[in-house]
Amino acid sequence: MEFLLVLLIGLLYASGTYMMFRRSMVKLLLGLILIGNGANLLIFLVGDINKGNPPVIPRDFSSLQGVYSDPIPQALILTAIVISFGLQAFAIVLLKRVYLVTGTDDLDQLNSDDQDI
Amino acid sequence: MTDPFIILPVLLHLLTAILLIFCWKKVRAQKIISVAGNLVIVLLAFGLWMKVWNLGILTMQGGGWEAPFGITFAADTLSATLMLLTGIAGLAVAIYSCAGITKNRIQFGYFPIVHFLLMGLNGAFLAGDIFNLYVWFEVIIISSFVLMTLGGRKPQLEGAINYVTMNLLASVIFLTAIGILYGLTGSLNMADLSIKIADIENRELVHVTAILFFVGFGIKSAVFPLYFWLPSSYNTPPSAIAAIFGGLLTKVGIYALMRVFTLIYIPDSFLKGVFLFVAGATLVTGALGALGKTDIRRLLSYLIICHIGYMLAGLALYTEQAMTGALFYLFHDIVIKTNLFLIAGLIYKIAGTYKMSELGGIYRRYPKLSLVMAAVFFSLVGIPPLSGFWPKLYLISESLNSGSYILLASILIASFITMYVIAKLWAEVFWKEPMVVTDLKAAGFDALSNFKKQLLVIPVIALTALTLYMGFGAQHIAVLAERISTELFHHQPYIDAVFEPKN
Repeated sequence: MEFLLVLLIGLLYASGTYMMFRRSMVKLLLGLILIGNGANLLIFLVGDINKGNPPVIPRDFSSLQGVYSDPIPQALILTAIVISFGLQAFAIVLLKRVYLVTGTDDLDQLNSDDQDI
Repeated sequence: MTDPFIILPVLLHLLTAILLIFCWKKVRAQKIISVAGNLVIVLLAFGLWMKVWNLGILTMQGGGWEAPFGITFAADTLSATLMLLTGIAGLAVAIYSCAGITKNRIQFGYFPIVHFLLMGLNGAFLAGDIFNLYVWFEVIIISSFVLMTLGGRKPQLEGAINYVTMNLLASVIFLTAIGILYGLTGSLNMADLSIKIADIENRELVHVTAILFFVGFGIKSAVFPLYFWLPSSYNTPPSAIAAIFGGLLTKVGIYALMRVFTLIYIPDSFLKGVFLFVAGATLVTGALGALGKTDIRRLLSYLIICHIGYMLAGLALYTEQAMTGALFYLFHDIVIKTNLFLIAGLIYKIAGTYKMSELGGIYRRYPKLSLVMAAVFFSLVGIPPLSGFWPKLYLISESLNSGSYILLASILIASFITMYVIAKLWAEVFWKEPMVVTDLKAAGFDALSNFKKQLLVIPVIALTALTLYMGFGAQHIAVLAERISTELFHHQPYIDAVFEPKN
């Protein structure tokens, strides 16, 4: 399971990076989303994946017993997902706006302001 | 010492922003609330600074959960000083915005977003928890995205694409580093990490996270070769917005670098070498970029990059003296870069253009105002005894002591080129005779009421006065910077303050 996740994370980072190098704005956006998901999965992975061991203190005990899943990474991912959701929503609206204003999807065409180089 | 009131500037910015949202269409009410809110926050930040100066590091544990389990906020002298400077810059920009930002932008939420941005900055300076720092960074960037695009003109949107992409990428890299660091240490509290990171056996992975942090913060603070988003975006929004960005946003990246690489990581010789190279390259490429620019704000954007190099140089040399210089430069730079963009806006108001070829004759028309601006330019260049000179003295003597001659050369080259471009700017904008007013609608400084003129000029004069104080009262700033530098390098008191048992 861990090994599969490692492969998946690597794939997400690699494909995200590749997509960001493309000139199309939509691909740029997809790249950002893929890399963001890769980072979330990475945090999930470092929290040690073990099935069926919730971090709940059993009755009659005062502390956690045995092996348990670390709850913090899941809280972190939850925060990161919410934040990236907001940012991606903004990025999508921005790209749509840019497309409407400039009439192009090509990042290389976005240089109307570069008169003096 | 535990003190829950350190969080008050953050909360007050939030409260002001919420109040402003309730006055969505009432432009005049928004202006008054924003300026009043900023004024109160500056006073609070000054009170906090006095308290930290007298009593030492203050901490607050979120929800009363003791470190390292709760979310820690810690105000040491560096945090308190930066919060005070942020407050001052915020107040200046708020006053300037009352006359410098059009009604349309204010009706679409300009002031609330500025307060959210300032809230994020204050929070980032206070954060004692690395994930909390990440969250504050996100608050900062989402607010800055909105400010950057507010108005929706074509160049703004095009600049925003670079800005948004690079900042989102920086956040992901930062988050990746946090994830790996948590996997290694099982902690997010920076003081706790500082203790735990020494015991990690997998040093290679520790180095990888250090580099990831450097890249993430490096993009945000616009160091070589990660700065290309800055000059393509900072020249597009109105000058009041560019002033906040130029004065504060890149500096929060530098703050994070200083914090992380003194508290959590102690750079080894390889990392120091990387810092040295990046600092030198940032200085030289930023300065060279400024050389050919004919648009005032583009020129200033490259100078921001160039001068980030000075602060990074202090971190790269990694001695207390060098850090003192870097911190002195940081304080000087926050005030002066904010002021420079406000001045650029003022010039635009007067002449209706940012192009140096079309500008001219401002000295003849406004001699007193020009003299104020000249004081700022001289300080930026660092003519002794003005404020740009002292930190460079520290940095140059330290790079001589440590034998980093290439860095020394970069510092000198960057200083000379800064002087040259500022002299060129002065000659073109203030002394040159022919002035063609191209855009009559924008060139409305004379047509403004007296009150509005004062709203534009007073922040510039106030920030100039602060800059002059930093130059002529350099001994005060030097004492402050030395104390902060000592705190950064001997961080045991910081750790003790965070882990102090509850009484």
